[in-house]
Amino acid sequence: MFRWLAGTIALGMVASQALAADPTEIHIGYLGKASVKSKLSLVEQPADNDGVAGAKLGIEDNNTTGKFLNQRFTLDEIRLKDGDDVVKAADELAGRAPFIVTNLPADETLKVADRLRDRGTVLLNAGATDDRLREQDCRANVIHVAPTRTMLADALAQYLVWKQWKRWFLVSGSHDNDKLFADALRRAATRFGAKIVQEKTFEDTGGARRTDSGVTLIQRQMPVFTQQIPTYDVLVAADESDVFAAYLPYRTWDPRPVAGSAGLVPTSWDAAQDQWGAVQMQNRFLKLNQRRMTALDMQAWTATRMIGEATSRTNSGDPKKVIDFIKGPDFSVAAFKGTKLTLRDWNLQLRQPILLVDGRMVVSVSPQEGFLHQVSELDTLGLDRPETKCKLK
Amino acid sequence: MPPRIVLAVAAAWFAAASPAAAYVAYVSNEKSNTVSVIDTESWTVTATIKVGQRPRGIEFTRDGKFVMVAVGDDDTIQVIDAKTQKIVDTLPSGPDPELFTQDAAGKIMYVANENDNTVTVIDLEKRARIGDVQVGVEPEGMTISPDGKILINTSETTNMAHFIDTATRQIVANVLVDARPRFAEFKRDSSELWVSSEIGGTVSIIDPAKREVTGKITFDIPGLRREAIQPVGIGMTKDGKTAFIALGPANRVAVVDATSHKVTKYLLVGQRVWHMDFTPDEKYLLVTNGVSNDVSVIDVAAQKVIKTIQVGELPWGITIANKP
Repeated sequence: MFRWLAGTIALGMVASQALAADPTEIHIGYLGKASVKSKLSLVEQPADNDGVAGAKLGIEDNNTTGKFLNQRFTLDEIRLKDGDDVVKAADELAGRAPFIVTNLPADETLKVADRLRDRGTVLLNAGATDDRLREQDCRANVIHVAPTRTMLADALAQYLVWKQWKRWFLVSGSHDNDKLFADALRRAATRFGAKIVQEKTFEDTGGARRTDSGVTLIQRQMPVFTQQIPTYDVLVAADESDVFAAYLPYRTWDPRPVAGSAGLVPTSWDAAQDQWGAVQMQNRFLKLNQRRMTALDMQAWTATRMIGEATSRTNSGDPKKVIDFIKGPDFSVAAFKGTKLTLRDWNLQLRQPILLVDGRMVVSVSPQEGFLHQVSELDTLGLDRPETKCKLK
Repeated sequence: MPPRIVLAVAAAWFAAASPAAAYVAYVSNEKSNTVSVIDTESWTVTATIKVGQRPRGIEFTRDGKFVMVAVGDDDTIQVIDAKTQKIVDTLPSGPDPELFTQDAAGKIMYVANENDNTVTVIDLEKRARIGDVQVGVEPEGMTISPDGKILINTSETTNMAHFIDTATRQIVANVLVDARPRFAEFKRDSSELWVSSEIGGTVSIIDPAKREVTGKITFDIPGLRREAIQPVGIGMTKDGKTAFIALGPANRVAVVDATSHKVTKYLLVGQRVWHMDFTPDEKYLLVTNGVSNDVSVIDVAAQKVIKTIQVGELPWGITIANKP
């Protein structure tokens, strides 16, 4: 009888434990564009799930950790087609998820941020590199995981200056985003002691990306476009729109290396990155998505991992607690870059090393040795606290 | 008696009188795909053994007869006969084995498989895989409690020390530590478990009974940026009084008072110092310096670096035992 009684009590305890052990559910949203822009290089053609594939791996990694803490993560994804209302989609997502990873242009990011501010929803910007989102247009409910154009430009400039390639020929595209990247490169040149000996704009006159006799024409155009330039060490291209930069290497009038939007490219991630345990990450990604990992995938992975890191450190799924921890002084996240990544408290930008890649290999990682800073050498990349125009609200 | 013979006899007598120095260290060179063999009397490399791809975790079997080395890119563990210095066998680890540990009897081996979030259990006598334990993302550090009852595995992206019951092979506790935990080590009296966090830049002190973090060792080296301080390998003296912690790209080994948990000294070694092992008499501690491709020899009592030995490329792990 006694034993039977004890058995019943034990059973009751197990049952109540199981009840108490309902996992904490943490919903993360993903809001991005469904259409992907065409690239000049066929091998660089982005996959349909560029970005969201990284978020999915982040959710999977969070869940492996979460099973030890009784936390369960789910991803709610909305990808907008042309003409879809971004605000409506954001409202819908915010109804389910207190955190939304975004891959949207700057204006749409702001629209969504302002719409969701009163609900307490926090955006993790994984796509937009615009400096203004971290400066005059910064918002207290937007955390920036993507690096800025100035961070990318500074990372490249530090290496070129270290290499003693200080005379630059700057070629920029004719679209607004190309001009913004060119601005960042000009600023970087001044900051790190490089000199722009000449600038040229490459006008986008439209036309098809691919034609059957494309190479012949390009081979005539590019040398002519780059001739009669004062002595320079490196051609730096600002072509975010991917109109011409990929055509420059091996076709310049003078035999010079190309950097910027082609040749040596600054980026947050590359499929060739294999240092600091990154091979495991690359393998996990490949296994899950059957393709290689892009910078956008990495930025979305990091965004979901930041949430996962904060939920495990706070042992909580409470959005306010989680976000307060991310914004607080003890937050850091590891992302296979050889150092911990932390947030700039003045504008909520994630500090991060920037890889310099040539399409096959990681050539170098900035900040370069010798570029010193009183707080963090990562703050030698991008706009620093004393220069900021951000007032978080 | 001719003088030469006298010398030889004297040498033989000396050798017999100080057997303590007759040790041999095996160093895994991650990039060269070799293992360097160091004689601790002459402090020279006496042999270089070609092994599989990406050798990292390396350890003598408990009987000192074999050296096991995890060759991650070949998805196996190779066994080197310490007498002949030849590879004689392989063990069925899971994919991408990195670090491993053995039970006190040397019968069961536990391997961290970075690529599939598991710890593999291997019967060393039968050379057979006898089980798996699912752990966190990227398992790495492995150690076993002095009583053999608890296996510790650290997972690098989950940031936890998993406590695994060796009898049931079930996880019984998970302790959150700082980012990228790399290595775990018990004090011999089981009073403390130390876990190094490479990216977090700390060593967590865990109470193994309560299974919670009770303290943290932090490092502060004037003139060095904080991000460069990345603790990895830990070595503790048998008396539990002094610990040495390799600080990676800080190029230093911290000497820590293991009772107060305070750093007492930083020893400058080679570049990117990684793992370490004591000579069995604890007179010397050898540390691997990945980027400078050498091994530093530390005099434990004097707390001084006395020698540097060139080995292969990217030396990673090290294990030391009596000469066979």
